[in-house]
Amino acid sequence: MAVKEITTTDEFVKGLWRDNPVFVQVLGMCPALAVSNTAINALTMGLATTFVLLMSGLSVSALRTFIPREARIVCFICIIASFVTAVDYIIQAISLELSRSLGAFIALIVVNCLILGRAEAFASKHNLLRSTLDALGMGVGFTVALLTIGVVREILGNGSLFGVAVLPGSFQTWTVMVLPSGGFFAMALWLLVVNRIKERQAAAEKHAQEVAS
Amino acid sequence: MTDASHWSIFLNAALINNFVLAYFLGICPFFGVSAKLETAVRMGGAVSFVMLVASVCAYSINLLLDAVNAPYLRIISYILVIASTVQLVEMLIRKLSPATFRAMGIYLPLITTNCAILGLALFQTNRGYNFTQSIVYSLGAGAGFALALVLMAGVREKLDLANVPQLVKGTAAALVVAGVLSMGFMGFAGLGR
Repeated sequence: MAVKEITTTDEFVKGLWRDNPVFVQVLGMCPALAVSNTAINALTMGLATTFVLLMSGLSVSALRTFIPREARIVCFICIIASFVTAVDYIIQAISLELSRSLGAFIALIVVNCLILGRAEAFASKHNLLRSTLDALGMGVGFTVALLTIGVVREILGNGSLFGVAVLPGSFQTWTVMVLPSGGFFAMALWLLVVNRIKERQAAAEKHAQEVAS
Repeated sequence: MTDASHWSIFLNAALINNFVLAYFLGICPFFGVSAKLETAVRMGGAVSFVMLVASVCAYSINLLLDAVNAPYLRIISYILVIASTVQLVEMLIRKLSPATFRAMGIYLPLITTNCAILGLALFQTNRGYNFTQSIVYSLGAGAGFALALVLMAGVREKLDLANVPQLVKGTAAALVVAGVLSMGFMGFAGLGR
């Protein structure tokens, strides 16, 4: 029983760091770069994607014995597209301004390879509980990744965080960070940080093994 | 309905608001198949072609959905039509020219999940382009995508010969190159609206 518990929590935790969708698997890059110009946009996009990921993961997992293998991709896309349409209208209902600033990118969650990838590789093969945990983990990992990029871009590009000024007025804002190219640079920066930490961890593990043997 | 001239729509889609470098659409194939110049050219061609077909299909579907007053079905019907278009194009190319099919066989199915195609269909609907405007827009977007892909592949082929630190190699280096390319494309901003 204890062993099983560890593995189910592992389904959740792996999405946060070891298999982080953006920094490690490099999936779902388009939204990660396009709507991370402010922290609030990044957060909304992350939550919307998590919702679609969770709901489609649940549906695919529940229907996995009914969906014929040959037509599975089409079925998955239909399920995902229905939830994306719902999210699109929900966001419009909550805040029209937010919906305008995200533009077509909410609708483009349909073609986020992360969601179809998880449906195909995980939810269609595992039970409801595991699929839920996996979807939640991946969703949170995606949201955190988007938020880290968004925070860097908003602070450097606007001198603010979630719309509240955090840097003194004398700070010369880096306009390039809110422009498209800033997305590429911020992403590259975080990728370097993640790579560096991973490299150190690997070196430390290797060292520990050598000491042990 | 917009009154922008065809030339400015084309320039806008291809250079000023380049789909890859300004809208971040189709980033996955942009990084995935831009390692070699030859595959980049083929992928650019295939995507441009699918964009043209998808644009025409999306225009007619939008008319139909407007007629039955069901805009909430837009996303579902667009993605299904794009998926079947890609399938049809694949079958058509296999029938007409088996050599071309073999050359780009792997990349064709991948186009379905290319967000540039769905993005194009959604943008032309949102902006209310008419039929000819839609076609010009899709041609411009395709040309812009192919241009970005070919430029990127050219830089990356040269980058292979350079002495890059181990840590930066791979995606991080590609991202920086893309960022610089994107900055270059910002210079086109004064060209049109």
